[in-house]
Amino acid sequence: MSADFLLELRCEEIPARMQARASEDLARLFTEKLAEAGLKAAWLTSYVTPRRLALIAHDLPLATQAVSEEYKGPRISAPPQALEGFLRKTGLTQDQLEDRDGVWFATVEKTGRATADVLAEVIPAIIRAFPWPKSMRWGSVSLSPESLRWVRPLQGIVALLGDDVVPIAIEGAEAGRTTLGHRFHASGLVSIERAATYAEQLRAAYVVVDQAERRRIIEERATALAAEAGLDLIPDAGLVAENAGLTEWPVPLLGRFDSAYLEVPPEVIQLTLRINQKYFVLRDSAGKLANAFICTANIEATDGGRAIIEGNGKVLAARLSDARFFWEQDKKTPLAVHAEKLARITFHEKIGTVADKVERVARLARWLGEEGIVKGADPALAEQAARLAKADLVTEMVGEFPELQGLMGGYYARAEGLPDVVADAIRDHYKPVGQGDDVPTAPVTVAVALADKLDSLFQFFAIDEKPTGSRDPYALRRAALGAILLIEKNGLRAPLWQVLPVFQNDIEEPAPIGLVIDAILDFFADRLKVQQREAGVRHDLIDAVFALGGEDDLVRLLARVKALQHFIATEDGANLLAGYKRAANILKKERPENGKSASAAGEEDPGAALTDPEIADAIRVHDALPPAYMLEPAEAALIAALDAAEPRAAEAVVAEDFEGAMAALATLRGPIDTFFDTVTVNDPDPAKRDSRLNVLTRIRAAVHQVADFSKIEG
Amino acid sequence: MQDTASTPLSFQQLILRLHDYWAAQGCVILQPFDMRVGAGTFHPATTLRSLGPDPWNCAYVQPSRRPTDGRYGENPNRLQHYYQYQVIMKPSPPDLQELYLGSLAAIGIDPLLHDIRFVEDDWESPTLGAWGLGWEVWCDGMEVTQFTYFQQMGGFDCKPVTGELTYGLERLAMYIQGKDSVYDLVFNDAVGDRPAVTYGDVFLENERELSKWNFEVADTDKLFRWFKDAEAECQASIAAGVPLAAYEQAIEASHIFNLLQARGVISVQERASYMGRVRDLAKGSCEAWMAHNGWAQ
Repeated sequence: MSADFLLELRCEEIPARMQARASEDLARLFTEKLAEAGLKAAWLTSYVTPRRLALIAHDLPLATQAVSEEYKGPRISAPPQALEGFLRKTGLTQDQLEDRDGVWFATVEKTGRATADVLAEVIPAIIRAFPWPKSMRWGSVSLSPESLRWVRPLQGIVALLGDDVVPIAIEGAEAGRTTLGHRFHASGLVSIERAATYAEQLRAAYVVVDQAERRRIIEERATALAAEAGLDLIPDAGLVAENAGLTEWPVPLLGRFDSAYLEVPPEVIQLTLRINQKYFVLRDSAGKLANAFICTANIEATDGGRAIIEGNGKVLAARLSDARFFWEQDKKTPLAVHAEKLARITFHEKIGTVADKVERVARLARWLGEEGIVKGADPALAEQAARLAKADLVTEMVGEFPELQGLMGGYYARAEGLPDVVADAIRDHYKPVGQGDDVPTAPVTVAVALADKLDSLFQFFAIDEKPTGSRDPYALRRAALGAILLIEKNGLRAPLWQVLPVFQNDIEEPAPIGLVIDAILDFFADRLKVQQREAGVRHDLIDAVFALGGEDDLVRLLARVKALQHFIATEDGANLLAGYKRAANILKKERPENGKSASAAGEEDPGAALTDPEIADAIRVHDALPPAYMLEPAEAALIAALDAAEPRAAEAVVAEDFEGAMAALATLRGPIDTFFDTVTVNDPDPAKRDSRLNVLTRIRAAVHQVADFSKIEG
Repeated sequence: MQDTASTPLSFQQLILRLHDYWAAQGCVILQPFDMRVGAGTFHPATTLRSLGPDPWNCAYVQPSRRPTDGRYGENPNRLQHYYQYQVIMKPSPPDLQELYLGSLAAIGIDPLLHDIRFVEDDWESPTLGAWGLGWEVWCDGMEVTQFTYFQQMGGFDCKPVTGELTYGLERLAMYIQGKDSVYDLVFNDAVGDRPAVTYGDVFLENERELSKWNFEVADTDKLFRWFKDAEAECQASIAAGVPLAAYEQAIEASHIFNLLQARGVISVQERASYMGRVRDLAKGSCEAWMAHNGWAQ
């Protein structure tokens, strides 16, 4: 026996941004609570509109299964109070208990419960504990601070199991079968027959309960309206969802605005339409912003929407008029004059004002050009762009639309006739703002963008404001990632320890500069690992390169990772890895005293530098006298191969030709295989054993010139 | 926009209609508070009456002063002095939204011709130690009312919750009359040879002069002194057990702070500190009012 269960929680308008999450939470909590009671629906359908959260549980059994549960009680020798407590808990009498080896046991038979009873218990509990991001009290019951909380006043509950109302009561609301239709199009109550008729009964009352359907209506109708006007809708899924969250009966309408406003930068118009008014933006056939908008009404207006379009058009005109006023006002003042006001804005109380930051960034941007670190960046232009890059923060337009920072500065710079490279640098210096964002390549832009990010990192690390866990209030992870992407994309050879002390630090009592730089380098290493992982590079390959340590040249580091990734995928690479692992395992067992520091550094301390003992070890092995016994052919061949490969690999590493270094190492693959096939390392003769272990040490050292292969899986 | 009658409502007719409507819902129709305040919420009929358990329903117009919004009468939408229509209902009635929509119908807005929407907008007043959840009500994309369920006032939980409606009267009138400039609003209707006047006839010169005073003339030394005086007087009044008087001084300090901001003599860092001082006065007055009435939590 099963039936469909319908739950509708009707309330005053739920914020659009909270609806999707609330709908998921309701389904999840419902499933969990029912599972606890031993009930499961075949499947769930969830609906959400501004005024209702609804859920249909299909094929819900009408009763739970009978179960028998056993409880262990106190020892028979325990004080009588313990036994009394146990009897209360189980609801049994003493003669119903069982004595098992001096301990009381109770078997409680639970008969199946009617699902309606379970629901009557579970639904109020879900409502009371519902995880709204913000909730409120209301009405006369709010005299008590413990009164029910909901996102906005909860007004009605529909709860139907099959054809019957489930008796649910929670203060101020008692479940029934009646609900309301559209706020303006439907008068009177709608009496829901059962779950299966819910959506269609509400549709008849001008409510489309399915959010996906409302989104589809908005998208299709808006696209059609645009086409009728010979325009293209600029797709915006977020805006579609938001409008679907603001309407129960969405009706897109197309209006026009005065084309004179198109002289304002298109980004400003777009933001005004989208953010302030939640309108869709359109393009003409040439791809330019059109003087049109599409708003989404919640009614089928009696005049076909004429008054709504006219009203919205007026509001938009007032907003665009403000935007044009800001645009014109801001342009009257040169950016350099705007920039003077930055001295009044605190960047961070321990770091100083935004003007202080601008000064440091200008110095660093210039230096990056002068030193040739950012090739082709004219130092004077880089400095000029840096000095003006933050000026738009004090303009009216950015005050109104903070998300236009940078972009507006670029427009104002061009409007006052500054060189394009400067305007571009001002516009793009916040970039990249994350993985996937465009990475600047114009040299002056690169200099300013990198200087800005490095300055933030250095300053905040110097006052010990590092990101911790999920806390990163100054977006330093993003700054580090941005710097990494700039360095990688532009192949910047900038050892970080050289760059960072360039800052003339204004901080009182800064942390020692060496410690700050070390901390930043570690931070970069972490971010780089994350970035590479997200870019699809195997984490063990990244670890293998990082385990070498001592590398602060990101370009070189990344070239190594890339070469390694390529090499390991080849058959030579895979076999060399196998040979290396065999050699390393033998060494680990036979020469723990020598291999220890190297392998310990590799395994337990991935950030540690290439340790001296290993290098010393390799040098010792290399300088050892030739063995005084007759070499076996495979042994001699491997030594010859090592003699040839070692210098080639070393030279290639110096030349940063990591592909070449790996190609050199690949020549070892055959000789290693033959060596292990035909030669016994653990020879009874200590001289032979020692000499052969030396050969293995050489293999490991040669491979470690490129990466710590012990980190590589497989 | 002419929905019901051939002549749209004048500015004063709009107010009278709202008075009639809310009086019919059982609201006490109050007059504006006779001090300079930034919003209708500052009226003691809202701030103090939203505290404590007693039912309270009222409506009033409150002239509101925002010195930094002054534009010397040159901006068609921004004013340093404008009117809010405030409705307060405690406890918030279960049909407050319907009552509100009824008021829109009363001033001639047809919800099947115009698109009325409740768009999330939570309210917070740091200087009053107050917050609430609600919406801005949109009519054809324009915000015409702020609709809030107070959750806290003066740092105290509202027990019970008060519902607050704040209509921007000029904006609503511009909409109803179809005007692009506030100064073109029809204030009253002509009767015989007694002419209609515009909002500009009544207030344009006021905007010019007060903008000049707020931004240029006001003596900042005196303003700083007045702030300190009001602060001291507020504290003394709290100590003397006259919280209503103390609250008036808190309002005074709040407005002087707004004037100091308009004069641009308060730095970003100082701003937070001044706001904290105003909040302390407002909260202190509310606390004293709670204690005075025996509602202390």
